[in-house]
Amino acid sequence: MNASVPQMKAGSNSTLAFDVDRIRDDFPILKQQVYGKPLVYLDNGASAQKPRQVIDAMSDVYEKQYANIHRGVHYMSQHTTEAYEESRRKVQRFLGAASENEIVFTRSATEAINLVANSYGRTFLKAGDEIIVSHMEHHANIVPWQLLRDSIGIELKVAPILDDGSLDMAAYANLLGERTKIVAMTHISNALGTIVPIAEVIGMAHDAGAVVLVDGCQSVPHTAIDVRALDADFFVFAPHKVYGPTGIGVLYGKEDILNAMPPWQGGGDMIASVSFEKTTFQKAPLRFEAGTPSITEAIGLGAAVDYVTAIGMDAISAHEEGLLHYATERLSAIDGLRIIGTANDKAAIVSFVMDCAHPHDIGTIIDRAGVAVRTGHHCAEPVMKRFGLAATARASFGLYNTTAEVDALAEAIEGVKELFG
Amino acid sequence: MLDELRDLYQEVILDHGKNPRNFRRPDSFTKEAIGNNPMCGDALVIYLTLDGAGKITDVAFQGQGCAISVASASMMTEILTGRTAAEAENLFHVFHQLCTGEEPTADELSAVDEEALERLQMLSGVREFPMRVKCATLAWHTMDAAVKGEHEISTE
Repeated sequence: MNASVPQMKAGSNSTLAFDVDRIRDDFPILKQQVYGKPLVYLDNGASAQKPRQVIDAMSDVYEKQYANIHRGVHYMSQHTTEAYEESRRKVQRFLGAASENEIVFTRSATEAINLVANSYGRTFLKAGDEIIVSHMEHHANIVPWQLLRDSIGIELKVAPILDDGSLDMAAYANLLGERTKIVAMTHISNALGTIVPIAEVIGMAHDAGAVVLVDGCQSVPHTAIDVRALDADFFVFAPHKVYGPTGIGVLYGKEDILNAMPPWQGGGDMIASVSFEKTTFQKAPLRFEAGTPSITEAIGLGAAVDYVTAIGMDAISAHEEGLLHYATERLSAIDGLRIIGTANDKAAIVSFVMDCAHPHDIGTIIDRAGVAVRTGHHCAEPVMKRFGLAATARASFGLYNTTAEVDALAEAIEGVKELFG
Repeated sequence: MLDELRDLYQEVILDHGKNPRNFRRPDSFTKEAIGNNPMCGDALVIYLTLDGAGKITDVAFQGQGCAISVASASMMTEILTGRTAAEAENLFHVFHQLCTGEEPTADELSAVDEEALERLQMLSGVREFPMRVKCATLAWHTMDAAVKGEHEISTE
């Protein structure tokens, strides 16, 4: 390991030393070559690769222990149900939730936000109420609230950001008022890497009487989360960005709030009893899990949680912080390259533009060197416009990335300059 | 530098990308259309001026995009000026085939002069880069929309 990457500190919650080579061995795809070059995968913000432990856990479901859950008395159904519910408890412990009943499995993080907008929003908000989002939200934390706004006549307020990409806390404070009913805010910006002081955001919202939904899609892969310490009312994340499968999302909600919310989709599994005259519903979380859920994916998510927990989220954070510092140093040294998002508190996401080349051209050229980055607006058009840009190139790091891969990125960018400079 | 990249980013294309020709909004024009590539955020406006006989007397564009989409738009303005709308449509059809690796028929090719074909072929290096075909064809799709009287297109 390169010396500039911090080693795991004593007292970290990990029981293993952070050994990036050993971690890389767990990810079969990292042995792949693209265009005859080793794959340098720096698009973890979009989706992360999967370790053998997750792949095997999911294959094992289909090969050894698969049936529908919560129905049937037979052996396979009973054991699959237990595995599914054990995953829920793993996620509960991972997020520091008080009860497994506070963990709802959805089809995606996007669906989790839509669930809250539709169920909580339509029940507890009325015309004239206000929702605050930040200027750096992903479209998934903007559009569901706009749909709600257009349907019931609420107002959507936007908390601005400063030129370095940090949240303008004074302006946010000014937006809060007695009409504020929901604050929906990202924990870490997917486009800029900014870490929002979310505990403070939540405290201020609570003082104003609002509930808070935290979009944790970019924070859960990078940092330990304790929803009770944060006092978040809702917290969503995308398991596929935490080395787990696609097809499943997680919604954490405080139990009393979830149980006060009506279902938003009807079907099997979410009911207590059904007649043509009247149907009664299960309590949370099953109330919100209509239909056959993503069973295998839930079990894969449990394996992903086990995987990162065994390494230790603090050790992962420290490793990624080292990568962020090194990448910032290497990329800043390139003439004609500008990093977008320079907040003091940042996660390992480096968005950048170059004078000589458009982000898509950068992406195409460095791809041929085996380096995968995201190019475009990152599903966050408003924040791109805030910086006067249509697109950036974005390198987003994960636990298996190395300083040598940062070097590969920097060298590939030199190739862009060679062609366009 | 890899040969495929050199084929894609030829000197002519880099030049048109950096110094696009006919990059302006004309004072008067006959037709215009907006082209969007929502996945990229690329956006172009194409302005066409046609005379009474259906001949294109001026093509201009504005907008933003990558080197490929800007160069393609720039080269298109030069190729189309002086041609009829029907010729423009045939060129688009041939160009689209070149970009996607299909073979134009002999009939289609016979309607295209050598100089135009040579210029279209310069951009056809995108066929090795499937994600970039939309960049090369955005201006042409937009021109096609303008000719047909549509005001806005999206390549998604």
